[in-house]
Amino acid sequence: MRVKYITEIAFALIIARWKQTGVAAVGVTFSITLFIALLGFMEGLNTLLDSLILNRTPHIRLYNDLKISDNQPISMSSKYKDNYNFINSVKPYNTRKEIYNVAKIINQLENDKRVFGIAPKIPTQVFYNVGNIELNGVINGIDVEKEAKLFFFNDYVIEGDYKDLKKIANSIILGKGAADKMLAKVGDIINITTSNGEQFSLKVVGFFQSGMAELDKVQSYASLATTQKLLGKPENYISDIQIKIYEIEKAPMIAIEYSKLFGVDAEDIQTANSQFETGSSVRSLISYAVGLTLLIVSGFGISNILNMLIYEKMDTIAILKATGFDSSDIKKIFTTISLTIGICGGLAGLLFGFLLSLLIDSIPFVTASLPTVETYPIDYGIRYYITAITFALFTTYFAGWFPARKASKLDPVIIIRVR
Amino acid sequence: MNNNKDNQVSQNSEDNRVVLDAKLINKSFYDPVQIDVLKDISFQLKSMDFISIIGRSGCGKSTLLYILSTMDTSYKGELYIDNILLTGKTDKELAAVRNEKIGFVFQFHYLLNEFSVLKNVILPGTKLNKKSVEELESIGMNYLKDLGIEHLAHKMAYQISGGGKQRVAIARSMINDPLIIMCDEPTGNLDKTNAEIVFKIFKELASEYKKTLLIVTHDMDFAERTNRIITMEDGRIVS
Repeated sequence: MRVKYITEIAFALIIARWKQTGVAAVGVTFSITLFIALLGFMEGLNTLLDSLILNRTPHIRLYNDLKISDNQPISMSSKYKDNYNFINSVKPYNTRKEIYNVAKIINQLENDKRVFGIAPKIPTQVFYNVGNIELNGVINGIDVEKEAKLFFFNDYVIEGDYKDLKKIANSIILGKGAADKMLAKVGDIINITTSNGEQFSLKVVGFFQSGMAELDKVQSYASLATTQKLLGKPENYISDIQIKIYEIEKAPMIAIEYSKLFGVDAEDIQTANSQFETGSSVRSLISYAVGLTLLIVSGFGISNILNMLIYEKMDTIAILKATGFDSSDIKKIFTTISLTIGICGGLAGLLFGFLLSLLIDSIPFVTASLPTVETYPIDYGIRYYITAITFALFTTYFAGWFPARKASKLDPVIIIRVR
Repeated sequence: MNNNKDNQVSQNSEDNRVVLDAKLINKSFYDPVQIDVLKDISFQLKSMDFISIIGRSGCGKSTLLYILSTMDTSYKGELYIDNILLTGKTDKELAAVRNEKIGFVFQFHYLLNEFSVLKNVILPGTKLNKKSVEELESIGMNYLKDLGIEHLAHKMAYQISGGGKQRVAIARSMINDPLIIMCDEPTGNLDKTNAEIVFKIFKELASEYKKTLLIVTHDMDFAERTNRIITMEDGRIVS
């Protein structure tokens, strides 16, 4: 009953001064709206930019790196065992690029519960022949279906059917940049020269656009079998295994484990692409800072309006105190007013924030480098809404706290005497 | 209504019980120089007393009332209400005492303009929280009826006249059935007719409801009709 009465008094005061309290609530609404739209947009962009890289980068890559042998012949010699041996100009030895026992490793990875999926890959250096010019290129031998499942390969094929790569023998999906240089169309036959000097003719079945122009000038895709043929290697030749796992943050740990288990090199995504994480986190930090500044400013607005309300309603406070309401009751009344402003303004802000996000989401955004994107990206994550309303309540509570304390300390005798 | 009156009669049946006891109350203002406003004030208020305090303006009678009403706590001396020492109690405890044992009527009517008349009347009752809102509303309506203003019950407080407001304030002071009703110039702001009505109400409170009344006033006509007059001069009780 008492709680009910305190809210009733608070609401009566709000209604008595609904214009001022309305303005305060609109301030909160405005800041929450911008907070949500800003963060949703910023995070949407972050996700988009990151996915440019992250979607197409394996979480863990298994391969054989070119490196210097750890065991130089001299260290095996018992004669020089107790000496410090300095060797100048050491060169890497000629390792085989293929991964040994590939079938067994793949089998074991497929049974690992942490692994989302794997896709084998054979990157190989080639030259595209355009008349008498040779252009540098890389052909990635891939398993089309697995590549599509793990790396959304199909999203980036802008012309032709990506499945033709498997159906049609000696076929190639050209990078858009490379195709433009060669003036190639879908259905054309192009010639390439492998690093061994052999020439091949391949049929163009599609174009590929990754969003990074430099990459598209060089990269093309062919099936595993075609690539093995180009290299003159047997069917079990696989040089890279790409792994996607369920929990990306565990990648460094699992990479070390696989490296030991299979005796190959393993690189995790965090090591390979650390700069993207940094960029994203700084961008979201800035958006949070701007959003919180807006909220704090609206908090000052609430504080001001409550102070005015207290000056206008001194008589009311004096009567309440004289008739037995104590300081904590007065404090509760004014805190209730400020929280009501916060809740009403905040909820309206959530709604308008969502609507503004929808609006941004419908603005066309077409760029050659991002073939799958048609409008501005928005992240509708519930966490922004929760953060926004939490901070709104937090700031309005504190904005109300000081005026409420001031009101509770007013001396009724002074107010009554002054009349 | 009858029930209500019976209750009050039984509660106040022990006549001449001391309900308020002030012992050697002293108060000084220090700004800018020391001014002693109250000097060694001692007096007792017995159950069912109907007392007025008179004196020139500036003699300290209002200051004394604020101290007796527990709102002003910066004084020397001891104050007992209902045989409980109130000097030195916390703000919260004093607020509870004001709520339960003291009813207030001010010169300026001091109603909450945001509420209806009836809500104003039952406001101290909701703070005390001993009766349900429905009970309080029926008690409040009865007081309003006795004061002849039940037709105003659902009007907003700012819509009624000065005399009406003062009667609402009296009904509000009664809602928690207090031990003492204290009034600060209750007729000071009213014309002759309304002042007469208000005086009659006080008389009725004293005789029929057996209330203890302490009234600060400078209206001699009013004071002379009370049971006892305390005259103050320069911060002392002179008679």
